Amino acid sequence: MTSQTDVRLDGAAELRTEREATPGSAGDRRERPEAGPEKVYDSYYGRPVLNEPTWQEHDIAGYLFLGGLAGASSTLAAVAELTGRPRLARVGRVAALCALGGSFYSLIHDLGRPERFINMLRVFKVTSPMSVGTWILTAYGPQAVCAGAADLSGRLPRLGRAATVGAGLAGPAVATYTAALICDTAVPAWHEGFREMPFLFAGSAAAAAGGLGMLAAPLSEAGPARRVAMLGAAVECVAATRMERRLGPLAEPLKRSRLLRAGEALSLAGALAGVTVGRRSRIAAVAAGAALLAGSACTRFGIFRAGMESANDPKYTVQWQRRRLS
Amino acid sequence: MGRVGFFTDTSICIGCKACEVACKEWNAVPEDGLAFTGMSYDNTVSLGADTWRHVAFVEQRRPLGHQEPGVGDMDFRWLMASDVCKHCTEAACLDVCPTGSLFRTEFGTVVVQQDVCNGCGYCVPACPFGVIGKRESSGVAAKCTMCYDRLGDGQEPACAKTCPTDSIQFGDLDELRERAERRLGQVREAGTASARLYGHDPGDGVGGMGAFFLLLDEPEVYGLPPGPVVTTRDLPSMWRHAGVAAFALLAGVTAMALPIWRRRG
Ligand code: SF4
Ligand code: SF4
Repeated sequence: MTSQTDVRLDGAAELRTEREATPGSAGDRRERPEAGPEKVYDSYYGRPVLNEPTWQEHDIAGYLFLGGLAGASSTLAAVAELTGRPRLARVGRVAALCALGGSFYSLIHDLGRPERFINMLRVFKVTSPMSVGTWILTAYGPQAVCAGAADLSGRLPRLGRAATVGAGLAGPAVATYTAALICDTAVPAWHEGFREMPFLFAGSAAAAAGGLGMLAAPLSEAGPARRVAMLGAAVECVAATRMERRLGPLAEPLKRSRLLRAGEALSLAGALAGVTVGRRSRIAAVAAGAALLAGSACTRFGIFRAGMESANDPKYTVQWQRRRLS
Repeated sequence: MGRVGFFTDTSICIGCKACEVACKEWNAVPEDGLAFTGMSYDNTVSLGADTWRHVAFVEQRRPLGHQEPGVGDMDFRWLMASDVCKHCTEAACLDVCPTGSLFRTEFGTVVVQQDVCNGCGYCVPACPFGVIGKRESSGVAAKCTMCYDRLGDGQEPACAKTCPTDSIQFGDLDELRERAERRLGQVREAGTASARLYGHDPGDGVGGMGAFFLLLDEPEVYGLPPGPVVTTRDLPSMWRHAGVAAFALLAGVTAMALPIWRRRG
């Protein structure tokens, strides 16, 4: 079952078969330079080496944002519940419920065959962050729904409380596994950023959840939300800065990104306003919360676009690999 | 059945695209646009859901071996190469597939099960070679199967069968690797010092490719990555970082609600 060309049936053993042909061996053997002053060919007609992710920006970048918001909101809700801040807890639970709904919509909408969503539950593969993520969502989703539904309906308070705590424990996994999801690809700016990306995502998720808490909960209960937002924004900015520094030339698409700059500015401004004027003024708290939410969304869309840009330019693939080889 | 593969010897490729046609015909791969690209004789452009063999055409102003230009000193050489899925030993597409649709066959090849794939598209950016794609018409992933149906029937893949110069050689992978070493020696001896093998080494970033090549220039000239590494090689570290970040998030949020902050609001 190995290849053979059977068009020539002469079977003459002394004849060279086609596969033995040596192009370039004829000609007089005068010395010729292999390469003269030579144009450098470092890509094939400037075409990308990688195939562009088929993921739609509004679905997947949107999911990165909503998943983070849902996960961190659940954790904030659980902590608020346990420290006697019922109204902040309610905000967190309802936020998680809505963001989770949006997440599921985006994820299923992005599948080529949405009716086969269920096929993800055929297997558990730790080599596939999407598989692991599906199971994380399967553990988290029902608890978040239960917590939100119990709150909104006012029924089964004890079950609601247990679900709030359960969702709060699972929430951080929902918020951070997405970093492994996008980093576990060949997309240069995502893959190489895998050390900082989970912290960037955790920070961005905390900033968003804190922002929403500030926006919707009364001033007297929103203390943890303000501090969580501050901590989250700080972690997000430190992680982004470190990532850009470590990636060197690969960080170009990140550094160029106006969305990322806007995300940082909005997060930091919102967080600072939150812990200062946002403590006293309801209006300031709402504005700061909105800025934090917008900042987190900008960051996720910025990361998404920067990755796409790095996949579409062969230089990020080729030069990075060359550097590693040399 | 042992592991089989392709050895594509680009030094004898004549750019006839018979492999592209044979592949399309045998596997009923849909047409994916007939456009003029201006990229030499290449209107196929790249591999994807609807292109499983792609012949690259590179025109270079430099001599091939001892060849005489004929017209003064105007050096010129053609580089033609038929690219295909590498059927990697460590295949990123297969690792990341969340449905188990991509699997390793009894021949050591990597195949998509069209009826299991849900079109999540994760395999597409995972492949370090830009091979696999999501087919518009069906919404599921598609790529070279190394003619899984033909292999099961004791036939060689359609592309290898049709290749008129035997540039595409199919067979037992170990045997092909030995043959490639011999062939490399032969081509170099004959004057083409720029010849090199690509993907034959089990110690490379993807554990060796099931489809490997003899190239006459750097891989990137043909649109191949010079040092591909399977993305899941870093996954254990990714999980560790994600785990630490998740705990940090839990601890951080908890800490921000502790009573020590009470006085300051
Ligand atoms: S070349 Fe790409 S599609 Fe083919 S087996 Fe390797 S990772 Fe998968
Ligand atoms: S698109 Fe299909 S084959 Fe590719 S990873 Fe998703 S389920 Fe697997």
